[in-house]
Formats: sequence, C-alpha cells, structure tokens
Amino acid sequence: MTLAVPRPRLAAPLWLRALRYWMYQYKRTWRGSITTSFLYPVLYLSAMGVGLGSLVNHHSHHIDGVSYIDFLAPGLLAATAMQVGGNEAMYPVMGAIKWIRTYFAMLATPLGVTDVLLGHLAWIALRLTAVTTIYLAIMAAFGTIHSPFAILGAPAGVACGMAFAAPICAFAATQQNDAGFSALYRFGLIPLFLFSGTFFPVTQLPGWLQAVARVTPLYHGVALCRDLTLGRLSLGPDLAHGAYLVALVAVGIFVARRTFAARLVT
Amino acid sequence: MPRVTSPSLAGTTAGDGQPLVVAHDLVKRFGDFVAVDSIDFEIARGESYGLLGPNGAGKTSTMRMISCMSPVTAGSLRVLGLDPATDGSRIRGRIGLVPQEDTLDLELTVLDNLMIYGRYFDLPKKEIRARAESLLEFSQLSDRAHDKVEPLSGGMKRRLTIARALVSNPELLILDEPTTGLDPQARHLLWDRLYRLKLEGVTLVITTHYMDEAEQLCDRLAVMDRGRFAAEDTPAALIARYSTREVVELRFPVGAGDDAAQSLDGLVERLEVLPDRLLLYSDDGDATLEEVHGKGLHPEASLVRRSTLEDVFLRLTGRTLVE
Repeated sequence: MTLAVPRPRLAAPLWLRALRYWMYQYKRTWRGSITTSFLYPVLYLSAMGVGLGSLVNHHSHHIDGVSYIDFLAPGLLAATAMQVGGNEAMYPVMGAIKWIRTYFAMLATPLGVTDVLLGHLAWIALRLTAVTTIYLAIMAAFGTIHSPFAILGAPAGVACGMAFAAPICAFAATQQNDAGFSALYRFGLIPLFLFSGTFFPVTQLPGWLQAVARVTPLYHGVALCRDLTLGRLSLGPDLAHGAYLVALVAVGIFVARRTFAARLVT
Repeated sequence: MPRVTSPSLAGTTAGDGQPLVVAHDLVKRFGDFVAVDSIDFEIARGESYGLLGPNGAGKTSTMRMISCMSPVTAGSLRVLGLDPATDGSRIRGRIGLVPQEDTLDLELTVLDNLMIYGRYFDLPKKEIRARAESLLEFSQLSDRAHDKVEPLSGGMKRRLTIARALVSNPELLILDEPTTGLDPQARHLLWDRLYRLKLEGVTLVITTHYMDEAEQLCDRLAVMDRGRFAAEDTPAALIARYSTREVVELRFPVGAGDDAAQSLDGLVERLEVLPDRLLLYSDDGDATLEEVHGKGLHPEASLVRRSTLEDVFLRLTGRTLVE
C-alpha cells in the first residue's frame, strides 16, 4: 500500500484571488449587464445601421468606401467597449471603497493595494472580452464582417475599453461622491461617443475639432476596430492606434496605484 | 505538551514562548495629528489583551498598525516576529481581523461571504466548506447559511464577521470594538463566543470603550487615552491599584451637588464630582453611606457598588470612558 503524497500546490497569485471575488459576485449583477452588452448593440445596429443606414446609403452611396452599417458597426464595437469599461470603473470602484467596502475586506487578507487594483482591472478586461466577442458575433449576424482580421476586433475592443477603465479607476478612487462621475459622462464619455468617428467620419468635423478628436482614445479605438473588421490594415497607423491605447492603460495603472494607495492605506 | 486533536476553531498554539506582538515607542501620525503617541507593549501567545479607552484614544489606529493595514509612522512593531513594513502580506495571512465597520458583502449569502474570504487565503474550496460548517455552528448561524446577509441583525452580522475572520485558522484574532452598536443580548452572546475562543487558546487583541467588556474578556489590558497608555495590567490589579474596593454613588437635585460635595469633604480619601452624581470611594460602601446620612444629607438616589475599570479610567485621566 502506497502512501499518497499530496502534490504541493502553487499558491494562486494575489491579484487572481481578487479577480475570483469579482467573478463570484457577478452572479448578482449579470442580468443587468445583458442590456448594455447585448441589447443596446442589437438595437443600435438595427436602428442606425439598418434604419438610418438605408437612408445614408441612398444619399451618399458609400461612407469611406463602404455601406453605412459596415462603417457604423466597428465604431459601435469600440464605443460599447468604452461604455462598459467606463461604467465598470466608476460605481463598482466607489462601491468597493465606500459602501460595500470590498477593498477593505480584501486588504485585511494577504492581498495588498496593487493586487486589489489589478484584480479589479483583470475583471473589467474579462467583461470586455465577453462583450466584444458577443458584439462580433452580432456583427457577423448582421453581415458586417468582411475580413478574417475581424477576430482581432475583440482584443482591440478590450484595449479600447481598458484605455478608459484604467484611468477612470484612478479617478474614481479620488472621489467622495458621484458628482465627478456625472461630469465625466456629460463632458467626456457622451461627447466622445458622438464625435469620435463612430457615426460619421471625423473628417466631417471642422478642422480644429478634428485635431481634438484624433487625440482622444475612442478615436483610436474606433479607427483600429474599423480597419480590422473591414480588412483595411496598414501596419504603421494601426500599430500606432494600438500602442496609444496600450500606453493609456499603462498610464492609468500607474496613476491608479497611487490614488488607490492614498485612499485605502492611511 | 501535545495538543488535543479534536477539530478546533483556533490556530495552533505550539509555541516557542516568543510574544506574538511587540511594540516599542510606537507612533502614528496623520499630518500634524498624533493619534498614537509612543506606546510600548507585548502580547503573549494565548493571552487576551485589551485596549480600553474612549473614542479618539488611538485604539483603532493601533489595531490598524498591528493588522498591517496602516503603516507605522515611527517606532518599532513586530507581529509574529515579522516587520509589517516588509512582511505585511505574510502577517495578514496568519492573523484574523474583525474591523469596527463590517465589510461583509450584503448582497451575497452568509456562506458566500465565508467562501470568498477563504479564497483570498487561497484555501481549497472543500476545506473552506468544511470549516464554514463548524464556524457557522460556533456562531449559531447554521440555519441562516443560505440567507442573504443584508436582512440579518447587527449581532448576527458581527458573529458572521468573527466567523469569517476565523476561516483561515489565524494565530491572532484582532477585534476592534466588537460589540459597539449591539443590544445587550447580542453582546452577551458575543462575549460567550469570544470566551470560548480564549479557552481554545486563540490569542485575542480587543479594543473597547466598555469597561464591562474589558473586565470580562481581557487577561491584561492597557488603559489608553489621547494616544498614550495611562496604565497596563490585569483588570483586578488595575482596580486594586487605582481605585478602592467599593464606590458610593449619590444623586442630588440639580445644583445641589456641589454643596453636598463641600459638606462631605474629608469623609473619604477620594471624591469625584460628575455632572450628574457624586462618587465616594471607600473600602466599605455601606458604612460610608451611613456616614453620609449621619451628616444630615439625604440624596435623591444612592447606590453602593464595586469599583470598575471606569473608576480606574476616571482616576487616571479625570474623564469618563463615555463622554
């Protein structure tokens, strides 16, 4: 009879343990997320892509060389990622600090501030992966996928969403109430949603406004996703779009580490 | 000495005799405000150590440093022989914290809360479930295991927080004001549970502003006020040293208190004038009360009681525990 020797387990990394919490509690909130992740994309694509699109195509024949819905869909992919990334970084972060105080529960265990932050960001990235993948499936159903590179639209969407999530997490940790969130929506997310090339090319904007738009994250997310789903890749510009988004994520994490530490470890 | 092998709630007490917590000239500053002003203490394995003091004394700040959630400003602190500045994560993996404000997830169930907490320590799910069962029984929450936490009473939530802190089998359990805000019945149930933990050999560090809690639960305690230790000893020794055996409490009509105090001057060694009553400290309360009546004074109400830690605090700081 042999003695079973227990295999030594590698301890799970601390940030992963934080991620597990968010995955566990998702069973509480997943129903609400169906609206933003699934319903809205379908409604927008139908109403604007098909409904408005038929008018636009009739008038202009091509937008940027393609039918309106083909132009619109990747824009909405990036914009949806922005919305999900932004939303997940606002109230859930504030709730974890002020109301449910999840972060403080975590910090009483082996987890430290960086683990708490990375675990939450990893969760947002996971949500974005699901949302962008589902969106691509919806796009395929509407017949707007024209390239095998479209599958990279998912990681591109994730990068776009995280480019918002990371800095907004950093911001959320500094807020005592949601007044800042209202301002962020009003002066940030909603204008970006409308004017970053999602619904019409930024070349339609007056020159100075174009320049402003080209600096914003959603513009790059939209441009990258569009190039991927339409199969119109040019290495230089598209790598630049991607690098811009990744750089924003890095900066966001860098700043968030500081704001989280300032708020959580006094 | 071999440990009893029955399933226990506590961490091991196999010991090398080293104190679990050692603090030397410990300071905590928030900007210009000094919350903890150079305190020294040692907490031995298996003992129940208390910090007794009013709100704002610096108790919570001290606890947060011991539990490695707040950095030490100056002085030295060693928990389980390790330095919180460099080994905070390791220390937190071996201690349990019951914070002043609950950090339970109200939307999840009682069992869920235990599960997610155990997973922070990377305990296998099977193990957490097994421990959860015995912990829920210990906390008398077994029949609420699958209920959402939100509708539970304050006492139940606190018991759940204690159960949660024990999931990882900590060597040291830190409780910050464990019964504040609870009704008397809940408090007594909690004391009973904490007393059992003590018997199991769990090392407890408790802060409180209730003198009855300190007397009941603590083997030794430090009287803390405005960031400093005013005294440190066992409850009985503190009372013997800083107070008499008995106290006579007298209530007079509003305004008559000071006159009464004047006429009683010299009757007893120590007399305290509080806003609502007079306290006469003597070793024989009944005899003293008779003498008060003998002087022609007839207070509205009077009672004779044993000295408590409240009297110790009053003697040391000139103030009451609860303002």
